[in-house]
Amino acid sequence: MMKLRFASPEMLVDINEIPDLDYHRIDDDGSIRVGAVCRHADLERSSLLATRQPTMAAAAPLVADPIVRMRGTLVGSVCHADPQGDWASVMTALDASIVAQGPNGRRSIAVRDFVRGPFQNALAFDEVAVEAVVPAPKGEPAGGYLKLERRVGDYATVGVAVAIDRVGSQVSRAGIALTAVGPATMAADAAAHALTGRPLTTDTIGEAAELAAQAAQPKTDHRGSADFKRQLVRVFTSRILTGLLRSEEEAA
Amino acid sequence: MTAVDEVKIGGMGASRRRVEDNRFIRGKGNYVDDIVLPGMLHMEILRSPLAHARIRSIDTSKAWAMPGVRLVLTGETMAARNLAWMPTLSYDTQAVLATDKVRFQGQEVACVIADDPYIAKDACEAIVVDYEPLPVIVNPTQSMAEGAPLIRDDKENQSDNVIYDWEVGDKAGTDRAFAEADLVSKIELHYPRSHPSPIECCGSIADFNRATSKLTVYLTTQAPHIIRAAVALVAELPEQMIRIISPDIGGGFGNKVPVYPGYVASILASILLERPVKWIEDRTGNLISTGFARDVYLQGELALRRDGRILGVRMNTTADHGAFFSDAQPSKFKIGLMHSAFSCYDIPNAHLVARGVYTNKAPGGVAYRCSFRVTEAMFFQERMVHAAADDLGMDQAEFRRVNFVRDDDFPHRTSWGFLTDSGQYGKCLDVGLEAVGYQDFLKEKEEAAKRGRLLGIGISTMTEPLGAGNSREYDILGIKMFDSAELKIHMTGKALLRTGAKSQGQGHETTWAQIVAHELGIPAEDVLVEEGDTDTAPFGMGTYASRSTPVAGAAVAMVSRKIRAKARKIAAHLLEISEEDIEWELGRFYVRSQPDRGVTIQECAVAAYSNMPDGMEPGLENVAYYDPPNLTWPFACYIVTVEVDPQTGVWDVLRMVAVDDCGVRINPMIVEGQIMGGLTEAYAMANMQFITFDDEGNCIGSNFTDYLLPTAWETPGFELHEVVTPCPHHPIGAKGIGECAAVGGPAAFVNAVMDAVKGSGVRNIDMPVLPDRVYEALQTGQDVSGAPPVRMA
Ligand SMILES: Cc1cc2nc3c(=O)[nH]c(=O)nc-3n(C[C@H](O)[C@H](O)[C@H](O)COP(=O)(O)OP(=O)(O)OC[C@H]3O[C@@H](n4cnc5c(N)ncnc54)[C@H](O)[C@@H]3O)c2cc1C
Repeated sequence: MMKLRFASPEMLVDINEIPDLDYHRIDDDGSIRVGAVCRHADLERSSLLATRQPTMAAAAPLVADPIVRMRGTLVGSVCHADPQGDWASVMTALDASIVAQGPNGRRSIAVRDFVRGPFQNALAFDEVAVEAVVPAPKGEPAGGYLKLERRVGDYATVGVAVAIDRVGSQVSRAGIALTAVGPATMAADAAAHALTGRPLTTDTIGEAAELAAQAAQPKTDHRGSADFKRQLVRVFTSRILTGLLRSEEEAA
Repeated sequence: MTAVDEVKIGGMGASRRRVEDNRFIRGKGNYVDDIVLPGMLHMEILRSPLAHARIRSIDTSKAWAMPGVRLVLTGETMAARNLAWMPTLSYDTQAVLATDKVRFQGQEVACVIADDPYIAKDACEAIVVDYEPLPVIVNPTQSMAEGAPLIRDDKENQSDNVIYDWEVGDKAGTDRAFAEADLVSKIELHYPRSHPSPIECCGSIADFNRATSKLTVYLTTQAPHIIRAAVALVAELPEQMIRIISPDIGGGFGNKVPVYPGYVASILASILLERPVKWIEDRTGNLISTGFARDVYLQGELALRRDGRILGVRMNTTADHGAFFSDAQPSKFKIGLMHSAFSCYDIPNAHLVARGVYTNKAPGGVAYRCSFRVTEAMFFQERMVHAAADDLGMDQAEFRRVNFVRDDDFPHRTSWGFLTDSGQYGKCLDVGLEAVGYQDFLKEKEEAAKRGRLLGIGISTMTEPLGAGNSREYDILGIKMFDSAELKIHMTGKALLRTGAKSQGQGHETTWAQIVAHELGIPAEDVLVEEGDTDTAPFGMGTYASRSTPVAGAAVAMVSRKIRAKARKIAAHLLEISEEDIEWELGRFYVRSQPDRGVTIQECAVAAYSNMPDGMEPGLENVAYYDPPNLTWPFACYIVTVEVDPQTGVWDVLRMVAVDDCGVRINPMIVEGQIMGGLTEAYAMANMQFITFDDEGNCIGSNFTDYLLPTAWETPGFELHEVVTPCPHHPIGAKGIGECAAVGGPAAFVNAVMDAVKGSGVRNIDMPVLPDRVYEALQTGQDVSGAPPVRMA
């Protein structure tokens, strides 16, 4: 932004030195908290996410490239509100929220309300985001993240985040959100709804994939045509869910 | 005593570690931007936001008024000194700073010289230019259309946008061949515009000293001596008062051959201000204004006999050169060496028609990692060959083998007039097929198809002309393409070698020393190699077109032999015996009848300064200028296997096998590095790279988010193999290798994808073969051809 002279702020606040913001942890209630200076690389290498939060674990290694992952943060990425950013969709699919702190104390804002539009967030000018909170799962969490990029470090042509919780074989909660196929991160609620309260089957998967494709509002650009991008949403949604169904069948 | 062990002293065939890497990996390289001179000022360029517009006025008053601004240059300032236009390397002219019109987005309009680069940049933004937009032309079809606006209205006698029409070959004979053909295979292709994108962008520091009248220019150039001559001519300065220093160069790939407006402006600024002026181009400036590559359309036809023999070839190319014809190429050939296509095949009749046109796009047409359009030639060739084999229903490998020039047919005159002199094409193909497990893969592919999986295999075989020139046929602006080496053996037997070439990553400091070691037996580590300073280096034409080893490398061998001839006389004197009775083995002369009696080359060196024979000139130094009898003709066979995902169009490389025959390898490790680098670029071109323009002439590909360089993460692994057919005319049997992989590689990738989607009826997807294009082709069963679509959000 600054390099391209889109933004020329008079003052920059470096939050790197604020102590104890580099955490990510699971609380007793089962919610996962990610501090404002926790790096993508920490999440990529996290054994906590690997065992407890599969959607985040799948997304972390796909964000940018290794150099950017060493420096960038999840919270910063959500604040940045780039429609092509990966974390905002992952957080949306997980019904996560951002905790903001300002002179009047703290407040919590659901990520889907937090991201207001391209490069716009809901923070007041005197607030900072201090952490992201992923609520406790309503069952056994499962999910994935798939992304088409032209090369490592490229922004997504299309990204799909799927996060479901299961009790037995019933889907107790589902979230699906889409990267780079609209003016902002897109929540594919109808697609998620089609999964909720039912077991995963080839039929429900097909239905959800179709609804996700319909929720996308892609534009034709040099990364591909709108039709192609919608097809990718369909295929990625279906592939993630089919993978979950297979592992469920294998476990049974 | 016996000869020294060649591998131990780092001679021919030693995979000696690169000497230059010592400083590079420590961050101690010395690039133009590392150089800081006392009192140095900084220059920034204001570029045109529009692709075609008349300049009504330029108001620089606000820029002049800013603190720290020392000078503002516009076209008017340049014109007053007859510097508004400069000659290009292809006998055209190019605007230094625009006076009348801007003709492409990114064109140089004004320069600010200030105390620091930030002030200069801010001041550029304070310049107000009043533009009158004109209709924009972004492709040859628009350029050649009836009533198209005239881009080069500055040129007398230019009434349309055509730069040249050029023709080579036998039209009548070719027409007959097509009339007799059993089958004619046709294909239309586009090689998209790409950019060499060296990691270091262009830059200069001009330092004019009024007291001495000397102009020193530190410059990112692959060809310092040509630049010296150009500066002498353009700036009308005496040549002995111009010193061009090309320090460490962070990659060139042809991008750093031309003269750029920024160089000229910084020189004028230094002359006017009498202070050093530094200009460092940013990435966007590099991508949108400096020498691009390719952007050629082809209509190709092959006349075929049922048994697979190619009877004739027709190529009709249209090249989009942008706003100024500034290709760096031999003046005889308008579309470079496009007519080197099909040189590895024995084809009796061939005819090529080429047209070049102006458009409102950046000029350049540089030979990006190739000899003058050879990349396009070989890509077109291998795509045509692939399509023809499919049209005939013939095996890809067999079709090539049937048409190869055979090992006992050399020297072979191609139907477009080149003389190829050596090669073992069939053997290279065999090595490649064996390595990839060709027959097994074909079976695997068939099996996979039954389960809906799309596997494909692509072959690309080619010989290409490398190492311009010989001086009969090759020149740049009339200067003949030979090269040079100067070798000074010091008293202690250590040496200093300078050449007219200029390394930009090729490793000359390592390999040149190995050639000296091979010829003289002096350990490579005792030879210091220097290049790039026109006050010290012998005159040469620089490094591009894989010409360093074929030409300057040959000069290194020849100058070493001159030194050896003199050392032999000294040895005779030291051994008190006649010269005829002396034998040479590596590093040592000895008496034929008494092999124990000998002197080393180092002992001869001491004697050259302390005990020379009567009447002999002292010293042990010499220069050689080498004019090669022919180009060198390396051969390559690249084979790629892929799997295409039919649901997303994504294709993954399963294997990539490369067989290169570049003759004798001086440093095998460096050769392998060159091949891997070239294959990476080939993969990039096939897979992801293009620079395109929207209808208004906005450049899509002006930064590394849009113009993609592959990283180690997605670049496939390469399996390298070698065949060695020494070059018959090169003093050490070497052929060029810097470019083969980038030249021959792209077609192998594209052919593999085409093979995978063959069942859908699709014959062509133009590069870059992006997933959305593959998906579209699979959905529609139609080719996806032409310039990459400009799809704006
Ligand atoms: C080459 C490259 C490739 C990339 N590729 C991808 C990709 O593929 N996918 C992807 O998701 N991202 C990608 N990114 C972005 C990357 O993920 C960044 O990490 C992300 O944009 C946030 O950066 P940061 O944490 O350093 O925040 P900064 O860059 O420091 O901040 C970004 C914005 O958010 C604001 N902000 C940051 N933190 C806070 C806070 N705590 N409170 C309030 N406001 C805040 C800042 O003011 C600024 O406006 C890429 C970046 C680069 C440079």
